[in-house]
Amino acid sequence: MSSVIQASAPRTLPKGLPQVAALLIVFLVNWLVFRDFFALRLQDGRLFGSLIDVLNRGAPVAILALGMTLVIATRGIDLSVGAVMAIAGATAAALTAEGYPLPVALAAAAGVGLACGLWNGILVAVLEIQPFVATLILMVAGRGFAQLITEGQIITFVSDGFAAIGSGSFLMLPMAVMIALVMLLITHLVVRYTALGLFIEAIGANVRSSAYAGVGTKAVTIAVYMWCSLCAAIAGLIVTADIRGADANNAGLWLELDAILAVVVGGTSLFGGRFSLVLAVIGALIIQAMNTGILLSGYPPEYNLIVKAIVVLAVLLAQSPVLTAVRAVLRRKA
Amino acid sequence: MKARHLLTTIGMAALMLSSGAAYAQSKMTVGFSQVGSESGWRAAETKVSKIEAEKRGIDLKISDAQQKQENQIRAVRSFIAQGVDAIFIAPVVSTGWDSVLKEAKDAKIPVVLLDRSIETKDDSLYLTAVTSDTVYEGKVAGEWLAKETGGKCNVVELQGTVGSSPAINRKKGFDQVVAANPGMKIIRTQSGDFTRTKGKEVMESFIKAEGGGKNICAVYAHNDDMAIGAIQAIKEAGLKPGKDIKVVSIDAVPDIFKAMADGEANVTVELTPNMAGPAFDALLAFKKDGKQPPKWIQTESKVYTPETAQAEYEKRKDLY
Repeated sequence: MSSVIQASAPRTLPKGLPQVAALLIVFLVNWLVFRDFFALRLQDGRLFGSLIDVLNRGAPVAILALGMTLVIATRGIDLSVGAVMAIAGATAAALTAEGYPLPVALAAAAGVGLACGLWNGILVAVLEIQPFVATLILMVAGRGFAQLITEGQIITFVSDGFAAIGSGSFLMLPMAVMIALVMLLITHLVVRYTALGLFIEAIGANVRSSAYAGVGTKAVTIAVYMWCSLCAAIAGLIVTADIRGADANNAGLWLELDAILAVVVGGTSLFGGRFSLVLAVIGALIIQAMNTGILLSGYPPEYNLIVKAIVVLAVLLAQSPVLTAVRAVLRRKA
Repeated sequence: MKARHLLTTIGMAALMLSSGAAYAQSKMTVGFSQVGSESGWRAAETKVSKIEAEKRGIDLKISDAQQKQENQIRAVRSFIAQGVDAIFIAPVVSTGWDSVLKEAKDAKIPVVLLDRSIETKDDSLYLTAVTSDTVYEGKVAGEWLAKETGGKCNVVELQGTVGSSPAINRKKGFDQVVAANPGMKIIRTQSGDFTRTKGKEVMESFIKAEGGGKNICAVYAHNDDMAIGAIQAIKEAGLKPGKDIKVVSIDAVPDIFKAMADGEANVTVELTPNMAGPAFDALLAFKKDGKQPPKWIQTESKVYTPETAQAEYEKRKDLY
């Protein structure tokens, strides 16, 4: 536990500075390649502009990153979130297309999400299978499960209520952004205003000594995986509602990697322990701001992944402990 | 319920297997190594193959390779061992087929390739290949647009997955038309990964980058799904898809017909899921009097416009 508390060593950059700076720099670059990047106007009662696109398109990964942050803080990882998105979306779309009312469809999707999380949690916490392998099972099987629900087709539905989750608006902001904000608030309150956040960090730092100290490590770990899968289910509902159809082959495909990247860019270590929800969300926004910038710039699509890799590398280098030490040495000499 | 569908499908499959065994002597048996079920089109192709086989009284055994060549090779070997009358392969990759096709040839079992071709030095290893011409599809889409707009149009292009052969070829075919019409220009092109979500996201940024969509005359999408995503992006920007921005795409899946019937899309070029039909016909002719079919049977790339959209939708919705 002590390593958790005395963590903020001197000479490091203020917490969050690399992430916020990176986001601002990406915004600036976007503005340079596209001068109307910050332009906003009202369209059908909601704000409309590239900046809003970044928030709106970044929302699903931001929501995934919330759950993923907690899982990674316990020294775990959840590779199945993309597949869970597909399952939840397919469940809700299939039920809606069959004529079930919206609350039933949403509850079923959330229920399926929680069940997936329970499965992951039991594999990791009770059977003590390595998280990477344990969640890999659902990553592979889950997409097949979603394809069984959709029979390999895109299930389209007609429901203004469901569609509003993806493309509606609330207080002039896209609904997806509002949902992400609410999820951030709830997650933050639950982990920071109870002892839960401390338990999670303790499990990540040392699971055995946490158990000796009286932390219910198994229950907390299972709860964390369930929360992560619930976040994935919500993200799945958003992307399904956005295109008014469940595409089991592609929904959430590779998004687990974006979510993990967002968490790591947000400064949370893959070795568990301290975590930051807000910075993970900023990490998700950095990734999306880059995607949007590339689309606006008009570069050939072959460059997309290279540009993305370079920016991510820069953010990670800014946080590297070794480079921080080198910087300190250089400063002392100067 | 979908679950009930599934149960009936399994039940039917079991029935078909048992009945297939009973009639094996009297009926022609064809083994079909299908790629997998990576897209709605692929599922439709499997379904159409079954229907076409039934029409001709052929017993079709389908093996799902789950996108893996080794599974396909294993399936072909087991078809050879079962002594089927012919083998269909929808090859997942274009190389590495020579040795297993040689085994089929030695067993005197004709092989027909469906929807993709292979690279081999010895083209006697297969009877024929039934595929579409994806370059031609792009060209047909471009020609429709050139005619519709009098050869003057600023086009934004939604490409398929970077590096995939349909994306490369559909771009190539369309570019040929653009090169022939000085008034036609591709002002933006990006990859939408063949998906609705990415198609929508990329179109959103195109609209913003091109003065709120005012400079855009048409969107050309390499498949219908990206076009459907783009239609939603156009609507959310307060523009009318099909009118303010024309929507041109390829594949002819049912949902694009729905959009055309609503006046939100203008044209689609068909990539027919019926590859098995022409393959069966060539095979039956070959079996009957040894008539060698051409090495490449090209499927038709038909153009569909809103006039027939409602009827075409009704025709297709059960296939997909």
